Amino acid sequence: MESEIPVPTVTEREQWMVENSVFQIYDHFVNSSRNVKTQLLKLRRDKHLEYLFGGLRHLGPSFCVLDANRPWLCYWILHSIALLGESLDSELERNTIDFLGRCQDQDGGFGGGPGQMPHLATTYAAVNSLITVGGHEALSSINRSTLYMFLQRMKQPSGGFRMHDGGEIDVRACYTAISIASILNILDDELVQNVGNYILSCQTYEGGIGGEPNTEAHGGYTFCGLATMILINEVHRLDLSRLIDWLVFRQGRECGFQGRTNKLVDGCYSFWQGGSFALLRRVGSFIDEQLVRPDNVGCCSTSTVSDIPEEGDLNASSHVNYNDIGHNFITTCPVMEHLFNSHALQQYILLCTQAQEGGLRDKPGKARDYYHTCYCLSGLSVCHYYRSEDEETPPPPSTMLGPYSNLLEPVHPIFNVILKKYYEAHEFFRSQ
Amino acid sequence: MDSDEEKQPWIPLRQRPELSDVTPIPQDDGPNPIVPITYKDQFTETMDYFRALFHADERSPRALRLTTEAILLNPGNYTIWQFRRLILEALNVDLQTELGFTDAIAKSNSKNYQLWHHRRWLAEKLGTIATSKELEFTKKILSLDAKHYHAWSHRQWVLQALGGWEDELNYCHDLIEEDIYNNSAWNQRYFVITRCPILGGLIAMRESEVKYTVEAIITRPDNESSWRYLRGLYKDDNQSWVNDPQISSVCLKVLSTKTNSVFALSTLLDLISHGFQPNKELRDIVNAISFPESDSDLARTVCTVLEREDSIRADYWRWRKSKLSQAS
Repeated sequence: MESEIPVPTVTEREQWMVENSVFQIYDHFVNSSRNVKTQLLKLRRDKHLEYLFGGLRHLGPSFCVLDANRPWLCYWILHSIALLGESLDSELERNTIDFLGRCQDQDGGFGGGPGQMPHLATTYAAVNSLITVGGHEALSSINRSTLYMFLQRMKQPSGGFRMHDGGEIDVRACYTAISIASILNILDDELVQNVGNYILSCQTYEGGIGGEPNTEAHGGYTFCGLATMILINEVHRLDLSRLIDWLVFRQGRECGFQGRTNKLVDGCYSFWQGGSFALLRRVGSFIDEQLVRPDNVGCCSTSTVSDIPEEGDLNASSHVNYNDIGHNFITTCPVMEHLFNSHALQQYILLCTQAQEGGLRDKPGKARDYYHTCYCLSGLSVCHYYRSEDEETPPPPSTMLGPYSNLLEPVHPIFNVILKKYYEAHEFFRSQ
Repeated sequence: MDSDEEKQPWIPLRQRPELSDVTPIPQDDGPNPIVPITYKDQFTETMDYFRALFHADERSPRALRLTTEAILLNPGNYTIWQFRRLILEALNVDLQTELGFTDAIAKSNSKNYQLWHHRRWLAEKLGTIATSKELEFTKKILSLDAKHYHAWSHRQWVLQALGGWEDELNYCHDLIEEDIYNNSAWNQRYFVITRCPILGGLIAMRESEVKYTVEAIITRPDNESSWRYLRGLYKDDNQSWVNDPQISSVCLKVLSTKTNSVFALSTLLDLISHGFQPNKELRDIVNAISFPESDSDLARTVCTVLEREDSIRADYWRWRKSKLSQAS
């Protein structure tokens, strides 16, 4: 030990407190008997489902502050239920379609509740919720032609999107807009125009992506930016090796992910950061290309990448069909190794984020909520399929921590919807 | 909002003479809504009246007062904020008063996109007379939470749109002094040295910044923020990165202490993969750390050490090693 101990800073003090509570949990785990260990690593499905179904049917007065996020509440809950392999009965399905229909604006898009202005984030949540419900009634309840007009209205000349009429412009808006358009088969040149330049201007010196140009690299925006760049076929323009280097360092001693450099671990980044790794697995060829010629990054706006059909190809067009990218992405065999510690992340999720009474949370000492339940479970699903060559084959038990019954449904990592629901929606909207 | 106002009992809207001609519009939740919220009566009634005035597009003083009440009940409702902006424009309200309103909202909950978007809209309308107030406002928020994402984002917008750069580098310095691990402060510093019109940009600032950062690294070699900042100073200029002897020298210095070597090793790996030729002193120290494992190729040895010392990222370092052999 040094003789002169400097006064700890706020960052250090907060970090030590979290480490202390997390390591206590891990110590208890390590010193437990085999049976207790198995119990501790068990995903408490029944408790989580109880919490989730409870929220679908009733939310207390404290939820007033989320009154402009009701499609989000739907998505967080429905997606969590679907990840756990459960579905709604037909009455709840009908009620979901009916309720979200009341949030749909006559001029396109979905608002935060009935009668509220349409908003890109709640539109994303509503669209993903309806895809998660699935079936003709749910999918056809989305008015795609007015939704397209809403997206056009939000589009900015800078390439970005506004969240709503008169709303803020940021990377979230780009992701939600492009994700919605892609999954609904309405993504075109006009919507894509300059989006790549905008996202590129948000990649920071650290390697991650910020919410707006010059802001700090952040897990949520990094996922949004990376997923957007994949969907518009411009992912090779990002500095991927710096992005990966930033990303791997977000996993810390606590075993979970933090959102930013020197910030605290938080269960929701299990998906925002973990999901980015799931995206990177399938863009490995671009990473290799950048490693060979590192000085070419970001300079070329014209695509030189191999998956753009060249003239003489089957489509006889030099133009990529944006609406196929999400599908081609998931049906392509991943080329890259796993680059985060999946067992460590599972350990954090299972031991530190499960609340006794059901639901998942940010970190020990915090209260459960639907947002964290959704993104902790989404992150856990990413861990389960992280080594799989395709997500349809059940993974070998060695990839999983805890009993095999923990296994969750696979997601399409770009959209974060259950994979088989994605395929159903893709087929449905392609034939429209 | 002063505390007197908060203590006043709430008068139901249906009992207020000024709203007697308004027919409230209930929320159209349908017969069997999912995620139904058990609203308190005050919330339901306020929103019912809000909907009535919003649908009538009534841009009046009473509508403005109603948005105040509704926003206080749920500051996350962007529809109310947007309607409020329309009213403020229509009534030509004094926007300084409006700043006070947002101050009050920020006091209770400042982590809310709507509040900051509204604040940016206000400051944009007010122009440069708002500069110092906005810088003070963000400073106050940052004194409570020095990594507040919205506050930093707003501050950057203020500087770029309205100016006020003069003290910004000092401000960053103070925050870094206070907490050297505050990555938001380092990010702001990067923003200042690259964007501030009076400093001359990254290349002009590089030399003094490298000196500053190297000192910070020596003080706390385990601080990822300063290492990333150092790398950022050579963004898009790998040649200078490799050729600047200060970089390999700080790696050497940290490696000699034989503690907290992960960032020094990863920086060294980055240097080598961009063509840096390590001298004997560096080779010896890496080989000493790596003992008993060693490899004739120094970059591979560095990866091996990192795989061992930084085990949570073992897969990453193995991957980096595999890429070395591909490139050579």
